[in-house]
Amino acid sequence: MSAPAPSDLPPSGRPGDLPVLLPFALADARPAARLRPAHLWLLCGLAVIALPAWAQGGAAVLSPLEVVIKWAPLLLTGFAFNVAISLMAMAIGTAAGVGLGLAMLAEGRVLPRVAWCVTQVFRNLPWLVLLFFVMFLVPFQVTVFGVRVPLPDWLKATFGFSLPVMANVAEIVRGAVRSVPDTQWEAAESLAFSRRQTMWRIILPQCAKRMLPPWMNVYALIAMATVQASIVGVTEMLTLTAQVHAAEGGRPELFAPLYGFALLCFFLYCYPIDRFTAALERRFETR
Amino acid sequence: MTRATTAGTPSAGWTPDQPIVRLVDVHKAFGTFEVLKGISFDVRKGEVICIIGPSGSGKSTLIRCVNALVPVTAGTIQVEGITVTDPRLDKLALRRKVGMVFQQYNLFPHKTALQNVMMAPLHVLGQDRREVEARARALLAKVRLAGKEGAYPGELSGGQQQRVAIARSLAMRPDVMLFDEVTAALDPETVKEVLVTIRELAEEGMTCMLVTHEMNFARDVADHIYFTDRGVIVEHGPPATFFASAQDARTRRFLSQVL
Repeated sequence: MSAPAPSDLPPSGRPGDLPVLLPFALADARPAARLRPAHLWLLCGLAVIALPAWAQGGAAVLSPLEVVIKWAPLLLTGFAFNVAISLMAMAIGTAAGVGLGLAMLAEGRVLPRVAWCVTQVFRNLPWLVLLFFVMFLVPFQVTVFGVRVPLPDWLKATFGFSLPVMANVAEIVRGAVRSVPDTQWEAAESLAFSRRQTMWRIILPQCAKRMLPPWMNVYALIAMATVQASIVGVTEMLTLTAQVHAAEGGRPELFAPLYGFALLCFFLYCYPIDRFTAALERRFETR
Repeated sequence: MTRATTAGTPSAGWTPDQPIVRLVDVHKAFGTFEVLKGISFDVRKGEVICIIGPSGSGKSTLIRCVNALVPVTAGTIQVEGITVTDPRLDKLALRRKVGMVFQQYNLFPHKTALQNVMMAPLHVLGQDRREVEARARALLAKVRLAGKEGAYPGELSGGQQQRVAIARSLAMRPDVMLFDEVTAALDPETVKEVLVTIRELAEEGMTCMLVTHEMNFARDVADHIYFTDRGVIVEHGPPATFFASAQDARTRRFLSQVL
């Protein structure tokens, strides 16, 4: 799986886009900090206070608020892309994670140990490192039976994010299954259920409720983490924000409003998920 | 014996005139701790036997060996000619013949009473849903729980849950029923309703093995009583002789404490 020489590169899909590797110019990408609701409140508040002040600036250039409004449709498209990446990463990661979690619980000696090792590796690596690995180790296209299948960088980033999701979901599955009392297994066994039937018909359905809150937690984290894709050159919201900032002449007073807008989008998306998760947790606790 | 027989094909070589459950010199050790030190007895079809004895005497372990929930260390157990202690045992085939009811009921909490009863015949035996549902409803009525079909285990009392558990086990049409201290976790008022259910079952000719602390019930319903202490059968006999004229000192001491 070696990357082809630069001369083999196909022409870029979108006009104006430079060939594959150029987006790695990192200068205008922001490092993605872990955003917590409290930080977001603070920053949003600051932005709201600061905006009117900037709005009263010179008439020749657009006010920061006008800049945000002007570019909002483009930036929101970028945000939709973040959401799409996170949803796909979650779907792939959950499917793989359930398999990995069940492998950890399987009978026998080899399979559970291998699955445990895989889980530990992907759980204990920084997500950004995993992302880099996938971006650089997976070629930008693969040839299957003579058909060239392109692997755009956003798809690779999705795979990159699905790896930590997989490992975390595997742990959630394992923990939830372990939390079901052994007596449930005994009861199922005495009714002549096979191990597989017991797992799928009796144990996992009982766990589903228990797994939902931590699973949604993982989702909220992965949704916020998708901005890290900007570091590896995926054109998502943060990349677009930096490009918009540059297109508006890189005026320093535009930093806060533009990035504040990005913060607001993520906050408005993730905070309800967080509240809903907490509500679910409370409900299941009292049962 | 003119008792109603339940379905289930006996394995080759076994005929109903032979003991349905046969234990020969059964040993069980957990690590270095020997729980069972050579238990042997036979249970005939339609017989009701009670195993009594002080806590920690291995009663529950013994009954769990019969449906292979606990593997034995040495000795032989046969159920309808199936050798339970054979390493190549088809556990699922064995457990279709042997029903078990637990102290803590162990109903499936995410299923209703009716679904609890229906699950195993539907998914293990692959029987027709309508037929299974009719049988499940009849069984719930038989344990006096008609009207509770849609209730979840959490909404039922301990005694009701235990009767659902009995119905759930019966839905598999077992040939032998194991009862592991099924009234030990119940309130005194609800003990009776469960015992009535078991007694009816015994009267219909179901082969029953019970571990119990209910001496009066054992005296009433059992054909044979086994007293175990420290992993061995100390004394056994039909209830009349067992309770009236126990020979062994340990048995007499135990009986004087519990009666």
